[in-house]
Amino acid sequence: MPSTDERVRDIGTLRRFLSRPEFGSISGALMVLLIFLFTAGDSGMFSAEGVVNWATVAAFLGIIAVGAALLMIGGEFDLSIGSMIGFAGMMLAIPALYWGWPVWVACAFTFVLCATLGTMNGYLVIRTGLPSFIVTLAFYFILRGLSLALSTMLTGKTILSSNEGVALRDLVANDYIFSTLFSGYLFTGLFDAMARWGWIAARDGGTALAIGVPKVIVWWLLLTAVGGFVLARTRRGNWILAAGGDANAAKNTGVPVARVKISLFVVTALCAALFAALQVADAGSAAADRGLQKEFEAIIAAVIGGCLLSGGYGSVVGASIGALIFGMVQIGIGYTRIDNNWYRVFLGGMLLAAVLFNTYIRNRVALGRR
Amino acid sequence: MSIDYIVQLEDVSKFFGSVIALSGVTLRVKRGEVHCLLGDNGAGKSTLIKTLAGVHQPDKGEYLVDGRKVHFTSPREALDLGIATVYQDLALVPLMSVARNFFMGREPRRKLLGPFKVMDHVLAARTSVEKLGEMGIEVRDASQVVGTMSGGERQCLAIARAIHFGARVLILDEPTAALGVKQSVNVLKLIKRARAKGISVIFITHNVNHAYPVGDNFTLLNRGKSLGTFAKTSVARDEVLDMMAGGAEMKELMADLEGVTI
Repeated sequence: MPSTDERVRDIGTLRRFLSRPEFGSISGALMVLLIFLFTAGDSGMFSAEGVVNWATVAAFLGIIAVGAALLMIGGEFDLSIGSMIGFAGMMLAIPALYWGWPVWVACAFTFVLCATLGTMNGYLVIRTGLPSFIVTLAFYFILRGLSLALSTMLTGKTILSSNEGVALRDLVANDYIFSTLFSGYLFTGLFDAMARWGWIAARDGGTALAIGVPKVIVWWLLLTAVGGFVLARTRRGNWILAAGGDANAAKNTGVPVARVKISLFVVTALCAALFAALQVADAGSAAADRGLQKEFEAIIAAVIGGCLLSGGYGSVVGASIGALIFGMVQIGIGYTRIDNNWYRVFLGGMLLAAVLFNTYIRNRVALGRR
Repeated sequence: MSIDYIVQLEDVSKFFGSVIALSGVTLRVKRGEVHCLLGDNGAGKSTLIKTLAGVHQPDKGEYLVDGRKVHFTSPREALDLGIATVYQDLALVPLMSVARNFFMGREPRRKLLGPFKVMDHVLAARTSVEKLGEMGIEVRDASQVVGTMSGGERQCLAIARAIHFGARVLILDEPTAALGVKQSVNVLKLIKRARAKGISVIFITHNVNHAYPVGDNFTLLNRGKSLGTFAKTSVARDEVLDMMAGGAEMKELMADLEGVTI
């Protein structure tokens, strides 16, 4: 029995790191960071308040990117994420403002509704065997149309911030459960202390200019950690990878592929609902056109994060770093003298580079092809 | 019954509409033997395998396991009785590691915190490397991606996995069809190892050169009918080949080929 094969090469630590799905997004993020350090290093982009600013943008996107990445690794797409955000926001605001529901009840209702819609998405994809692209494209239109039509029908408006003198912002602030979960900041005391010590900028009253860590960032980090853990360390994670890698093989070895995929559609829908709840808490309003194009941004973040469009390979942490790149570029560009319109050009370029890089890495490093 | 058969098909027929896929086929597999099922394309090998695996139910005749009649309604039931089938597609995911593939659908778990359980990657890695080692396949690293393995190694991984999860009868669907000479020999060695462990193997192939060295008994299929079962001791390699290809018919063909002039 041969104990070693002379044709097996030692691939080494560097190659191993190169073959990690996160590699592309980490190097991308470092590159973007360096560019902004040189072009906008002294503009305030890297002050506490500047960092919180772009990290918040990244966090909102990151929340849906985690869902999109898990779904993509599981072998499916969801193009209805953006429409789901708009729909969820309206479904939260209408009962709260017009039907007198407590905000937290309206929020729970929204989450249940979105989970149901996610189940429908998944069930249709599994039952019909149609590509998820088509099924969720249908929901992309249905949900956007419903948001506009229902809100016009029920309230006569498509942007909701108050009704009969009652402001949504006040309802949110007075709802203990909802505001504890979704609005405001954490670590405000720490930030104030840092301001007192002169580490970060302070207001006239001595409190910190950056109030604290917005809860959306905490949610984002939490979701990334949980998603990454589930994918890498649990049985369910193995099922997700198997279902996306080869659904037939997975089914033949006893993986409940249908259940896994449907639950991933539910997770994605819940991420959209969470996005909407945080957005309503932050903006104090809901609008039927919210979340426009967010599905594409989430998918791009997932792809930058190393997820293969064909499924079975990718990283939740990578997707979150992809979202971080988005946040940095979208906000950072305003700190430089570069025209804002270059943002989309950059995104498209980044997407293309990421896809080419992922395919190259998969073939060259992971599968050992040339 | 005097002889101890682990799996028996008695006079089994299977129809698909007007097509007679199997007609009165009898197949008796002894405990711990390698039983080769030989036949050319369209002989009904696939239908026979799927009947054994529980995918199809026989329209006529009986299916017995350990001498008891069975009526499988799904492959899961056959698997529960230790009848495992390794199909040609192997049910492996190329982008996943050896350990993840080995335990796909049957992941070992350990407790983490209270009710939370995680996949036991350490156990999975150790077991998969160990089990492959027993089969004569050296894997340096359980995190190696299956896509980087050769066809023969993948075949061995699929077989080792089936054995580890309690296969008593291993049905191998053309395991050497897509392999080169050396890799085919490795798979044949693996079949011998499985037999040494007391596992019965049903080896489906159309290559007599592969079947003859490892087989104890040979059942020949032709156009949905069995031409009978022959013990290795009672039949020579060329006779098997003759019968499989339809004997006289084949000789004529060969003569035609040799007489070709352009």
